[in-house]
Amino acid sequence: MIAYILRRLAYAFPILLGVNLLTFALFFVVNTPDQMARVQLGDKHVTQEAVEQWKAQRGYDKPLFINSNEGQSALTDTIFFEKSLSLFVFDFGKSDEGRAIGADIQQRMWPSLALALPTFIVGISVNIIFALFIIMFRASVFDTAAMVFCVALMSISGVFYIFAGQFFFAKMWHLVPISGYLPGMDAWKFLILPVVIGVVSGIGGGTRLYRSLFLEEASKDYVRTARAKGVSELTVLFRHILPNGLIPILTSVVVVIPSLFMGSLLMESFFGIPGLGSYTLDAIQAQDFAVVRSMVFLGSVLYIVGLILTDISYTLVDPRVRLS
Amino acid sequence: MDCAVVKKTTTIFRQSLGQLTQRTEAVIRYAALPVILLSGASALLSGCGEAWNNPHPESEQGQNIIYSSFSERPKHLDPARSYSSDEGRFIDQIYDPPLAYHYLRRPYELIPNTLTKMPEIRYLAADGREVSDSDADVAFSVYQFELQPGIQYQPHPAFAVNEQGEYRYRFDNATDSAAYQSFDDFSETGSRELVAADYVYQIKRLADPTLLSPVRGLLSEYIVGMSEFSAAVTEQRKNLQAGEWLDLRALPFAGLEVQDDHHFSIRLKGKYPQFSYWLAFHFFAPMPWEADEFYHQPGFADRNIVLDWHPIGSGPFMMTRNDPNEVIILERNPNYRNDFYPQDGADGDREAGLLQAAGQRLPLLDKAVYRLEKEAIPLWTKFLQGYYDRSGISSDSFDQAVKISSDGIGLSDEMREKGVTLEKEVVLGTYYFGFNMLDPVLGDTGTEEEREKKRKLRQAIAIAYDQQEAINIFYNGRGEVAMGPVPPGIFGYQSGEEGINPSVFEWQQDKAVRRSLDDAKKLLIEAGYPQGRNAESGEPLVLNLDTTTGGGGSAIQNWMIKQFKKLGIQLNIRGTDYNRFKDKMSTGNAQMFQWGWLADYPDAENFLFLLYGPNGQVVSGGSGVNSTNYNNAEYNRLFESMKLMENSPERMEIIRRMLEIVQRDMPWASAWHPHSYVLNNHWVQNARAHGISKSILKYLDVDEQARAQAQNQWNQPVLWPLLLVALLLLVLAVPGVIAFRRRQQRRVITDQGVQG
Repeated sequence: MIAYILRRLAYAFPILLGVNLLTFALFFVVNTPDQMARVQLGDKHVTQEAVEQWKAQRGYDKPLFINSNEGQSALTDTIFFEKSLSLFVFDFGKSDEGRAIGADIQQRMWPSLALALPTFIVGISVNIIFALFIIMFRASVFDTAAMVFCVALMSISGVFYIFAGQFFFAKMWHLVPISGYLPGMDAWKFLILPVVIGVVSGIGGGTRLYRSLFLEEASKDYVRTARAKGVSELTVLFRHILPNGLIPILTSVVVVIPSLFMGSLLMESFFGIPGLGSYTLDAIQAQDFAVVRSMVFLGSVLYIVGLILTDISYTLVDPRVRLS
Repeated sequence: MDCAVVKKTTTIFRQSLGQLTQRTEAVIRYAALPVILLSGASALLSGCGEAWNNPHPESEQGQNIIYSSFSERPKHLDPARSYSSDEGRFIDQIYDPPLAYHYLRRPYELIPNTLTKMPEIRYLAADGREVSDSDADVAFSVYQFELQPGIQYQPHPAFAVNEQGEYRYRFDNATDSAAYQSFDDFSETGSRELVAADYVYQIKRLADPTLLSPVRGLLSEYIVGMSEFSAAVTEQRKNLQAGEWLDLRALPFAGLEVQDDHHFSIRLKGKYPQFSYWLAFHFFAPMPWEADEFYHQPGFADRNIVLDWHPIGSGPFMMTRNDPNEVIILERNPNYRNDFYPQDGADGDREAGLLQAAGQRLPLLDKAVYRLEKEAIPLWTKFLQGYYDRSGISSDSFDQAVKISSDGIGLSDEMREKGVTLEKEVVLGTYYFGFNMLDPVLGDTGTEEEREKKRKLRQAIAIAYDQQEAINIFYNGRGEVAMGPVPPGIFGYQSGEEGINPSVFEWQQDKAVRRSLDDAKKLLIEAGYPQGRNAESGEPLVLNLDTTTGGGGSAIQNWMIKQFKKLGIQLNIRGTDYNRFKDKMSTGNAQMFQWGWLADYPDAENFLFLLYGPNGQVVSGGSGVNSTNYNNAEYNRLFESMKLMENSPERMEIIRRMLEIVQRDMPWASAWHPHSYVLNNHWVQNARAHGISKSILKYLDVDEQARAQAQNQWNQPVLWPLLLVALLLLVLAVPGVIAFRRRQQRRVITDQGVQG
C-alpha cells in the first residue's frame, strides 16, 4: 500500500504543475502586473514610478514564463518559476497586499472547520438514517411522501434556506444571533443555525442518493436470507445493508473531507464566520495573485489527498479490495 | 432558562412520567409531552430569561463600548500608506497628526491637535530674506511647529525595556523571535514622550520609496529636499538585505529641521496654502523610530507582526485586536493626553444636545468594537435588535428606515418609536457623468467651428440627462444635483440663482428649473444632429458609455438609454472589467463614463483640479485626476492663480469665472453631490457627521444601561415555534413507530399456524 501511495503522490507532481501553469496563464490573460499594482495602490495620486516600485518589490517586473537571458536563467528568472517553486514546499509567501498567506490560512481554517465539520458529520448521519428509514417503508405511501418531500427540499435554493432561517430563527423569534462569530466555546450559538440550515438543505439530495444505494443492497440475496432467518429489521438495516452500502457512499464522501477546511463561501458570508470560504473570492476581486495561486494550489493538493484517502478507505471497508 | 417555573414544570413532568404504567407509557408520553412543553414555554414567554441572540460576549455587558461594523477589510493601517476612508475610521482614532478639524464648527475649521497653537508660517525669498505672503518673491514657506509637552505614546512592546534599560524585544534572527507568533505574545509594554523628531521621522517615511506612500509624488513637489531624500534612501537600500531596517534618522532631509524636543519646522517650495489641510491627515502623524525598528525584526513579517497591521500612536484609542476577517477592537489609550470636548459648535448644536458633554475629558468611550459584516440584512437586523449602535441606510432598508414627505427625508414611524435619531450631512464629494474631451465625436477637438458644434452637442445631452430623476429613483433621493464641481459647505460653492448652471437650468420662481427638451433639440440641430441623426449622412448618432457594471440591461442603464433617446441619440453601453476600463481611461479610448471624487480636504482647489489640464489622465499616463482630459488654457491659468490664494473675495471671483467656463464647455453631462444618512439608536450621544474628519470616535458616548434595557426588551426569545416543530416531529414519528412495531410483530400464517 505504501508503494501505491508513493506512486500516487509522484503522479500528483505533474498534475499540480499543470494546475499551476493553467492558473498563471488564466490569471495573466486578464490581468497585467501594471493593473495589479494600480488596484493595490488605489486610484488617487498613483504615479508610474510607484507602479514600477510595487512590481519590483513583489517580483512582477520579470517576464512571465521565459526570459531573454541565456542559460537556465531564461526559465528561472521568471514570475512563473519564482512564484511556483516555493508552493511545492508549501511556502505561500505574502499576499500582494503584504500579509503572510500561511499565517492567514492557519488562522482562518479553524472557523471554517468549526462550521463544516459538524455540518458534514450531522448531515451524513441524518441523510443515512433518513434513507434507511425510508428503505424500511419502501414501496409504501410513506416512501412516496418522503421522496416528494426530498424533491421539494432539493428544489429550493440554498440562499432561500439562509434567508428563511435568518428571518425566522434570528430576526422574528430571537433564538440565535443572526450572524457573527466568537472564538472558543462561545462559537456554538453562532454555528447552530448555519449547521442546521446546512443539514436541512442537504437532506433532499443526500437522502435520495443514499436511498437508491441502499435499495440496491436491500434487494440482494444476503438481505433476503437474513430476513428469512428472522433477523430483526433494525439489525438488517444497520448490520447488513448499511456496511455494504457504505462503499459507494465513501466515493462521494471521503474525497471532500480534506477540502472541508476550505470553507463555504455562501454560509460564511451570510453568517459572518471568519473562515477561508471567501478568501479566494476576495483575492480574485482584489487581483491578489499571490493568494489566488496559493489557494488554487492548496485546493488541488487537498483534492488529490482526498482521492488517495478514498482509495485507502475502500480497502478498509471491503476486504476484497487491495491496492497494488 | 433557570427560571423557577420551568424547574417546577420539569419536575412535574418527570413525576408524571414515573407514574405511568408501562403498557400505556408510549401513548400517554406522546400526548402529555406537547402539553407539558407548552406550559414550560408559556413560562419562558412570560419573560424570565435574557436575550439569547446577543452576538457580543457576556463579558462585555454593562461596559461603555460602542458597537459598529465594517464591510471591507482594511488593506493598510500604516499612516504612510493608508489612503481610504475605510482605513481612516480605524487609524484616525490612533494616530495624532499636528492639526485636527473642530468637531462641531461649520464650515470646517482646523485647530491645533498636538500643537500648542496653529503653526506659524514665514515666507522667504530665494536669497533667504523674509517677505510677506503677498510678495511675488516668495520662494519658500516655512511652517514652524510647537508641540504640547508631556504627550505619551500608547503602551507598546516596542518601548518595553528590561532592568538594564535595554529594549526588551529585540532579536538577531527569526529563531530567537520564534516564541512570538502573534502580537498578543508580547506581554510587556512601555511608552515614552512624543517628541518633534517623531514627526520628522514620519515625513522621512513618506519619502521612502519602498513604503509606496500615495502622497509621496504630490508632496515631493512642495517639501524641500523630499525628492533628494528619496534618492538617498534608494541608494542606501542597495546595501541592505530585503526587509532589513534602515534607520532613516541618519539621513539628512533638507526641508526638515528639529530645533528641540518640542519644536520643528518644515520648509516648502513657494506657497502651498492647502498644506495646512494635509497636516490634519494621518500621513503627518508621528512615528517613533523604535516602532519602525521593532517591526523590522527577523521573522516578524512572516507572522503578520508588521506596522501595517498593528498601529502605534498617541491618539485617544489603541488597537488591541486586529483580525480584519472577524473583528477590530479599539480601546482607550491609558496614556492619552488632556483633551476635552469642545465648548462651542455651530448654530443649533446646543439645542440638539451636542454640547452636553462640553468640557468633559476625552475619549468618552472605553472601547469600540467593529465586526465584519459583508451582508446588509444581518447588519440591519442587528441594528434593529440594538446590537449595533449606529448604522448607515442601505437601499434594502431605506423604506423601513425613512419616509419621504414634502418636508424632505425623515425617520419612519417605526424608527421614531424606537427612539432612533438621524444624522444628515452633504458628503464632500462629487459624482459625475463625464465626456472624454479627446473624443473625436463629442470632445473638444477639431476646428473652432467643429468644437463649437461639439460643445452644443454636450450641452444638449446635459439638458436631456435628468440627474434629479436618477437621484430620486435609484438613490432614494439621497443627493442633490451639482451645478459645478464644488459641493456645498466649501468656499467657492454658490447657492441660489448665482450658482446655477445656465447652460442647463433657468431660474424660475426662486428655484432652478431644467431647460426644456426643445432647447436641447435646438442645440442638437445646431450641432449637426437633427433628431439624433447626422445632418450630412443621415446616420443615427450612436454614443458609447464605458462602464464596469455590466453591459446593459440593469434598471439604471435602461434609464440612461431613455435619457439619450429623448433626443433620438442611441446610447450603447459597453460593459468591461475594471482593468480594461482603467486602460481605456488612461489612453483616452473611453467616450463617456461615470466617475467620482471624495475630498481630501475642504478646499475648492481639491475639486477644481479635477478639470485642470495638466492633471489629464492621458497626459499624465493614467495618474492624473482629470478623467475627462479637459484642457482649457484660461481655466488652467485661473486655477494656477486660485490654488495659491487664501479664501477671499478675489479668490471667490476667480472660482466663479472658472465655473462659468466649465458650465459653458460642459465636460460633464451631469453631476451630483451625495448625502450621507446615519442612524443612531437612542442611547448614542454626541453623534454628528463630519464630512472630512474620521477622528470623531473620541466624542461619542453611549448610555449602556439604556442599551441593555432596550436589548432585553427587544430580543425576548419566542419559543412556540420550537415547540411546534417538536410537536410536528412527534406527529410524524408516532405513525412511523406504530407502523414499525406492527411490521416487527407481523407473523407468517402457514398450514401449521402462526410462525413467530
